[in-house]
Amino acid sequence: MTQKLTTLTETASQTAGPYVHIGCIPTFAGLGAIYPEDLGGSPISEGAKGKVITITGSVYDGTGWAMRDALLESWQADASGIYAGQPNADPAVTGFCRFAADGTTGEFTLRTVKPGRVAMRDGRMQAPHIAIWIVARGINVGLSTRIYFSDEDNATDPVLSRIEQRPRVETMIARAQGGESYRFDIRLQGDGETVFLDM
Amino acid sequence: MTDDYDTLPLIPRNRAVHPDPYDPGYKTTMTRAPSLPLLSLDSTVTEQTGPVFGHGVIGTLDNNLILNWTKGEAPAVGERILVHGRVLDETGRPVPETLVEIWQANAGGRYRHLKDTYFAPLDPNFGGCGRTLTDVQGHYQFLTIRPGAYPWPNRGNDWRPMHIHFSVFGRAFGQRLITQMYFEGDPLIDRCPIVATIKDRGQIEQLVAPLDMSRAKPMDFLAYKFDIVLRGRRQTFFENRPEGM
Repeated sequence: MTQKLTTLTETASQTAGPYVHIGCIPTFAGLGAIYPEDLGGSPISEGAKGKVITITGSVYDGTGWAMRDALLESWQADASGIYAGQPNADPAVTGFCRFAADGTTGEFTLRTVKPGRVAMRDGRMQAPHIAIWIVARGINVGLSTRIYFSDEDNATDPVLSRIEQRPRVETMIARAQGGESYRFDIRLQGDGETVFLDM
Repeated sequence: MTDDYDTLPLIPRNRAVHPDPYDPGYKTTMTRAPSLPLLSLDSTVTEQTGPVFGHGVIGTLDNNLILNWTKGEAPAVGERILVHGRVLDETGRPVPETLVEIWQANAGGRYRHLKDTYFAPLDPNFGGCGRTLTDVQGHYQFLTIRPGAYPWPNRGNDWRPMHIHFSVFGRAFGQRLITQMYFEGDPLIDRCPIVATIKDRGQIEQLVAPLDMSRAKPMDFLAYKFDIVLRGRRQTFFENRPEGM
């Protein structure tokens, strides 16, 4: 026998289920009367500094079907690479957004500002990125990944550098489509499977 | 708790205490679970920070599901219950001022959702979602009705036990958690393939809220206690840069 550890164990995750929209984006789900507006409707407000961009995509299951019921959350720094709550953060950037796959097409859209490079604890810089968290029926533990950008220098990013199979890096990079538009598709399983993070 | 604590790295997630992502008993996981390993890395500032929601966004009835749908005009049908507990992290620290959201079926087991077509009728006085912020000690509470069990399309005759969905933010995006609370004594818990995706019996028991008569109000409502533990932060005095990083 040994001494008992005093740490607690993290509560087990359970799937968000098919009705997650009721709890997280009730106005989107048609429960418009309950709150004035859904939380995280936009990560930016009027006057946010930086380039406003639009990222569209779908979340595909292992059969290649664009899921109609996925809920996504994003968390990002402002155009200077500073997170809300840190000193000198842009007051017009909350950095948090909730958005869902369209119930008919399965496509999602995130409109935000392009984030800046973010420093690590040791001073190295991470390429501009947006953290993404995906929940849905059939996802037992929320899935984490990041959106990087094809028109940025990602060569020395400390996270992308750790992906052994170099072609898989592409699964975390949004494709510039001209102007302010980017495409970012997420594949949960199978060919072109997105790199999911455990950080 | 100091702000300094909120800048520390997160303790790596112990995946063994969570459900198996791929579990044939819960059919939908078979096409939605990644087949390749997750990339495990130390958290960065991206995972160590997260959105903060102020009291300004929370309405006075937001944590009262009995009354919030009708703005206090008429109460929902069902067994009136208080659900309360604390949000802590793995180190035992309370998680203060963090957003807790819940959603659930009505007393008949029906959700107010386009995709739910179960026979049980909608309750005109019940919406089915609520939200609140924890206090400085991590406490939260909701007044609601006990949700009904309901059948769902999986294997031939699968039923969900009575449950309330919980979404919790913590203070860091890497602490984000969605889970479900079950009710003490429900015989459907042990028959549920979603519950059974968790392989650690003790972790299942941590999702079952006990009846708590100390918080029940005579002639009004029963109470159930449900504590939630989020990832903690690693208090390290020896920060070395790993080889190759």
